Amino acid sequence: MAIDAVEQKGGLAESTQAKLISKGSYAAIDKWIAKYPAENRQAALIPALHIVQDANKGFLTTTLMDELAHYLGIPEIAVYEVASFYSMFEHKPVGRHKISVCTNISCMLLGSEEIVEHLKKKFGIKLGQTTADGKFTIKEVECLGACVGAPMCLIDRDYHEHLTPEKIDAILEKLD
Amino acid sequence: MANEVCFSTLHLKKPWTLSTYESAGGYKVWKRILKEKTSPEEIISELKTSALRGRGGAGFPTGLKWSFMPRNTPGQKYIVCNSDEGEPGTCKDRDILRYNPHALIEGMAIAGYTIGATVGYNYMRGEFYEPFDRFEAALKEAYKAGLLGKNVLNSKIDFDLYSHIGAGAYICGEETALLESLEGKKGQPRFKPPFPASYGLFGRPTTINNTETLASVPYILDKGGKWFADLGKPNNGGSKIFCMTGHVKNPGNYEVPMGTPFAELLAMAGGMRDGKKLKAVIPGGSSTPVLPAALAMGMNMDYDSIAKAGSMLGAGSVIVMDETTCMVKALARLSYFYYEESCGQCTPCREGTGWLSRVVNRIEKGKGRQEDLDLLVDVANKIGGRTICGLGDAAAMPVTSFLEHFRDEFQFHVDHQRCLVGG
Repeated sequence: MAIDAVEQKGGLAESTQAKLISKGSYAAIDKWIAKYPAENRQAALIPALHIVQDANKGFLTTTLMDELAHYLGIPEIAVYEVASFYSMFEHKPVGRHKISVCTNISCMLLGSEEIVEHLKKKFGIKLGQTTADGKFTIKEVECLGACVGAPMCLIDRDYHEHLTPEKIDAILEKLD
Repeated sequence: MANEVCFSTLHLKKPWTLSTYESAGGYKVWKRILKEKTSPEEIISELKTSALRGRGGAGFPTGLKWSFMPRNTPGQKYIVCNSDEGEPGTCKDRDILRYNPHALIEGMAIAGYTIGATVGYNYMRGEFYEPFDRFEAALKEAYKAGLLGKNVLNSKIDFDLYSHIGAGAYICGEETALLESLEGKKGQPRFKPPFPASYGLFGRPTTINNTETLASVPYILDKGGKWFADLGKPNNGGSKIFCMTGHVKNPGNYEVPMGTPFAELLAMAGGMRDGKKLKAVIPGGSSTPVLPAALAMGMNMDYDSIAKAGSMLGAGSVIVMDETTCMVKALARLSYFYYEESCGQCTPCREGTGWLSRVVNRIEKGKGRQEDLDLLVDVANKIGGRTICGLGDAAAMPVTSFLEHFRDEFQFHVDHQRCLVGG
């Protein structure tokens, strides 16, 4: 997964001063920091990245990651390597709704391919792409731990199970 | 005989609430321990009697694991729960978090007391939004009722418990990768030794147990280790949640005694879907060897019987495949999974999983070569046992077992550039 091009020298300090992460986000991050020993602020990094990503329309930028690194008192690279290791973190703009379809074995046996094909055709995009109106991103993901509900997907924060093309159409219709 | 442990409150109204949990005897054991200051040795001995083994897949005896903690040495120690459920086919811990979070909280508090840890973390996978919310709500209730925190119920015993979240990485289910992840790092497994009991979270002695394991503890200590052991069979004590997925009529989580015949479990799940014939079973999650129908139908669902059949109980994740399943395609999907999830730290796994995935994929696509079948076994054997953690072995085992039992299907793909089943 490619990280945004590292900013030019000088841009970093400026962007840090700009405080792109909101007070509300910092308050939420502080609640996580309080869970760990004072000398282990880095432990809050993954939860903090979720908070920052959610507040930035679902994706991370180098500027945001740098600001977070400074706040946690860790090197920027420590944030980049975590942000690029975990599949839930995005590094380019995504749709208002992210649809993550599980295609692993239990879902595959019960028709996840049909769900993926349906979504690709419906939106006219490939996996990993976003619709032109910026509404939906579709993604293939590994097992999400809801195999008894196969085939399933995660849309934003909700699991949807026992999917059929008709069922997923009905779910998507309700999203704005 | 079903649903006697982690799922024993499943039939009650809002089983995830404190009031329901307490109405079924919840927190009785924790309160008794706080009052009587039960000796940790006694608790560990009861667990050993129960024969409880790690329910996350490794099957390590829980009582023994707890006994490794240097609980009398000074300094901070930790109890960590592994709720990073991600082994394909496994979805039981999600239901424990959603329907019986207080059993997990009580189990973690008891574990903390026993091993001398005053702080615990429950690491839940990042996609578990709903289970996370349920667990958090239960934590709030437990704190409000004074069951957690400093000087719990005036016992002079402290126990603080926190939620933690991941962000999508199968490898974090490996205990030392989970610790790295909890510390805010990439989930790359650590060399062992040192083991977590001496050098764990933040460098402190730590015990890590699976969700189902910890949630079973209050029931065992309430009804006795012998009661739990007697639910199952010798060396295979207790009951276990089996996730029945794939081509069964009623996929679902079934908590049944260890040693239940597979055929009986299959019948509980409604039998095969659409009257099709059983072809193969992966009994313990995607990392365990596949078994052909005849072997599966003769096994019982316990550690020893499944091992005798040639596979492993793993996390109890039973993936059922009927006669319409292309075994090449099934293996192609699994091999891609391990390639995708290899953390990249060890060369045999990083490179080998890519080889496995590419070669199985080309066989599946009708572009396989005759030498590919031996090549797969060769690559698999060169990964197994040569990596820091078990992911390499987990990637190799499906390959060798699929080829052992279904080699003709792979051969057919190579010979005819198409599938033996369904054209």
